Parts: sequence; structure tokens; C-alpha cells
Amino acid sequence: MESELVKIDHLSFSYHNLNGETKALDDLTFSVKEGEFLAIVGPSGCGKSTILSLIAGLLQAEEGGITFYGKNGKKPGIGYMLQHDHLFEWRSIWQNVTLGLEIQHKLTEENKRKVEKMLDDYGLAGFAQKRPSELSGGMKQRAALIRTMALEPEILLLDEPFCALDYQTRLTVSADIARIIKSAGKTVILITHDLSEAVSLADRILVLTQRPAHIKAEFHIHLTLPDDSLLAARKAPEYAKYFNQIWEELSDENH
Amino acid sequence: MKTIEAASLAQQEFIKDHKRHHQFIRWARLAVLILFLAVWEICANAGVIDSFFFSSPSRVVKCFFSMVRDKSLFSHIGVTLFETVVSFLLVVAISLAAATLLWYSAKLSEILEPYLVVLNSLPKSALAPLLIVWLGTGINTIIVAGISVAIFGAIISLYTGFLQVDAEKLKLIYTLGGTRRDTFLKVVLPASIPTILSTMKVNIGLALVGVIIGEFLAARRGLGYLIIYGSQVFQLNMLITSILILCVIAMALYQIIQYLEHCYKKRI
Repeated sequence: MESELVKIDHLSFSYHNLNGETKALDDLTFSVKEGEFLAIVGPSGCGKSTILSLIAGLLQAEEGGITFYGKNGKKPGIGYMLQHDHLFEWRSIWQNVTLGLEIQHKLTEENKRKVEKMLDDYGLAGFAQKRPSELSGGMKQRAALIRTMALEPEILLLDEPFCALDYQTRLTVSADIARIIKSAGKTVILITHDLSEAVSLADRILVLTQRPAHIKAEFHIHLTLPDDSLLAARKAPEYAKYFNQIWEELSDENH
Repeated sequence: MKTIEAASLAQQEFIKDHKRHHQFIRWARLAVLILFLAVWEICANAGVIDSFFFSSPSRVVKCFFSMVRDKSLFSHIGVTLFETVVSFLLVVAISLAAATLLWYSAKLSEILEPYLVVLNSLPKSALAPLLIVWLGTGINTIIVAGISVAIFGAIISLYTGFLQVDAEKLKLIYTLGGTRRDTFLKVVLPASIPTILSTMKVNIGLALVGVIIGEFLAARRGLGYLIIYGSQVFQLNMLITSILILCVIAMALYQIIQYLEHCYKKRI
């Protein structure tokens, strides 16, 4: 069995304003194994994104803690993909995908070659000097992925990264990106409200309750894949079963 | 094939219409100017208006050439232009620095907000006499007057522009391991270039206003001085000529910034 990479331990978090306190997360405990693809689903506004912000260190936990078990006791690198690609129009695609390296002063020749190779691998080879507006939605999403992957994170946090795409592009892009991430052997935490996306991509799914969110159910997903096509997972015999079970858990929450 | 031709015909027609429209606007603008000048000239010559008070296009042209001949005009124009450009550049530099500081410290901006609002709404011409007492009559006073008119509005609009940058874009920088300084340099500043350019367009005009106010009160050279001098010695030809030159200068300065904006848009 792979080892634990992140452990979330009795984590609680509240937002404060003058009208009062809004408890977003309530006593959340779970862990993520190395190389695992974990999806977290829950009703909208239940504080899913807060979990990722806490793991990424953008917010500080109020109670409980997050422990990382990186190699050599070091904190593993964390890549965070937001809901929109946020490619900057004033930068070329090349300048966009190397933004993280530029910020961390790691724009070495070696890293540049790696990014060039990724552009090749992800079908963006001829687009390095183009502006983001010249790319399709799926290409922009891939460019955003390269920007994240260029920093070679061990854990990828995906915050509904496909929600800005139209349905067709979304199917292709999510399958596409999942393939890239899985082949790179990254550990992933995906936040989504799209059940079919969660079932088709994840190894394990956590279902959260309404705010304050705590874990309601956990599903281990094992799909028998008929072939390698993009929609293979959605054609697996177990797909409908998982989908319905999770659907029921969630509709209890949404009544 | 037929439909493509039809479409391209319609497209040609559209482009022709578009061009025709622009040509019409251009000629109409010119016609308004010519009509105005002609009515002015005719009325002045026919005695409908008193040409001593209202001058006339031909007298303005005569006055212009006589001032060109005695070479006084260009030094006046040069002084005003120099003062305006210097105050404008200082306004841009100071307001950028101040807005950056306010952006960095939300506390500071909250503390200073009422003062900025008061200073911005204060009629700056009220400060001019004070500046003369403090700085004397000379180029410094005039440049400070030019700055004072534009600076507070510039700080407020730049700061507001900085705040309007999408918070998610700032979050992106943090997810890539950036600092607050990175968010400013990589996102806030480049995203605000359109705001900076549009603020500059307003400021170049305001700097000119401030410089002319300053020259009214504290100068021996410059177009503002020429206007005041012209009114005091009842040389209304000189006064109106100076005002018309000011129109041209204002237009030219605005066009320069417009051109910068155009270059920026093209590059993006």
C-alpha cells in the first residue's frame, strides 16, 4: 500500500465578519495517499474550496491541523489549479506557462527545456508566442496545467478546473488532463460538483455535507474499463451504480 | 460560389458605407470650423460685433505672424509646454508611487482617504496665491500649481484601478509561491496599464490648466502670462491668438497620449 502523503486532522475553519461567524468546515479528518486521485464532492457553497486553500497554505487552520509526509521529511510541493485559467493577456503563452518558475527564480535552462517538452507533449508546440485569446478553451486549460506542472508539484489541488468550459470541451479536457496527471504519477485532490466527473476520474470520493462541512460518506471507486477511449470510464458497468449512490447521498443534503 | 460572392459584395458594400460615413464626419467637422471662422470674420468686418473686443480670424493671423517675427511667441509657447510636460511627468511619477504605497497598505489608504477626498475636491486655484508666497514667482511655483491640479485625482483613480484587479488573479500568484510584491509587479501593474493611460489622458489636460493658472498669477513668460498681459493692455488680438494656440497645444498633447494608448493596444 502507498504511504500517506497528507493527513487532515480534525480540521475546522470559520469565516468572520461583523454579522457573525460562518463555520465553513467542521472537524474534518481524512488523508490522501501518495499517487491517489481523490475527489471531494458536496453541495455548492459547502466550503470545498476552503479545504484546498488550507492545504495550499493560503489560509491558516483555526483548529486541527494538516500534516505532510513528503520525501526526506520535507513538505511536498503543492500545485493549485483555480476555477479559471487566469492566463494573462499581456503575456505570451510562453511567458504565462513559465510564470511560476519566474516568480520562484527557477527559470534555468534545464527547466526551460522541460517546459518546452511539456508544450510539445500537450499539443501546444506552435503556440508559445501566441496570446491567450488566440487559444481555444481546452488549450488554455492545458497551458494553465503546464504553468502548474512546471514547478513539479507532488500534490495537485484542482478546484473545479473545468467548470468554465462548455460541456463538450469539458469532457475532452477533463479526460485529457486526468490522463496527463495520472501518467505523471501525481497525487490529486479534485474539488467538483460534477458527479460524473468525480466518478470517472477519481480513485476515491469524499461526499461532504452542507455547511459546516463534514464528511458524510466515502466511496472507493473501482471501474472495469472496457477500452482506453475518452469516455471509457463513463461506459464502465459500475459507473451508474456509483453515480446513483453518491447522487442519493448528495440529494439528502440538497432537500 | 455564388453565395460567397454575394457575401463579399455585401461586405464590400458595408466597408464602403463605413468609409463614406467617416469621410462625411471628417468633412462635416472641417465645415463647422470654416463656418465658424467665416461667420466670425464677416460679423467682425460688417460691424455686427466689435472687432476690438472680439478680434477676427484675419486679425488673429496677423497678430500670430507679427509675434512670430519678433520671436517672442515661441519662447512663450516653449515655456508653457516645458512647464506642462514637467508637471505632467511629475504627476505621473508621484501618483504612481503614492497609489502603489496605498495599495500596499490598506490601513494607510483607509487613514488617508478623507484627506485625499478633501484635497481632490478643493479648487486648486485657491492654492495658487499661497504657492506664490511660499515659492515666489517663477517656474517652480507654476510647476507645483500644475501638479496640484492633477495629482489628487490621479492618485485616487490609479488606486481605485489597482483595487479593481481580479482577486482570483492575485490568488494565482500566491498559489505559484509568489509574494505580495509579485502580485503587484506581475498582475496589478500590468493589468492597470489601460487605467494608467486613461488617467494620463486626463492629467495632461489638468496639468495644462494648472500651469495656465500659475502663469496668470506668477509669471513673466508663457501663454498664461500673454493672456493676462493681453487683457490688461486691451490687446485682445494677442489674447485670442494665445487662447487659440492653447487649443492647439491641448489637442496635440492629448493626441500624444492617445498615440501611446494606440501603440499599447496594438502590442497586446
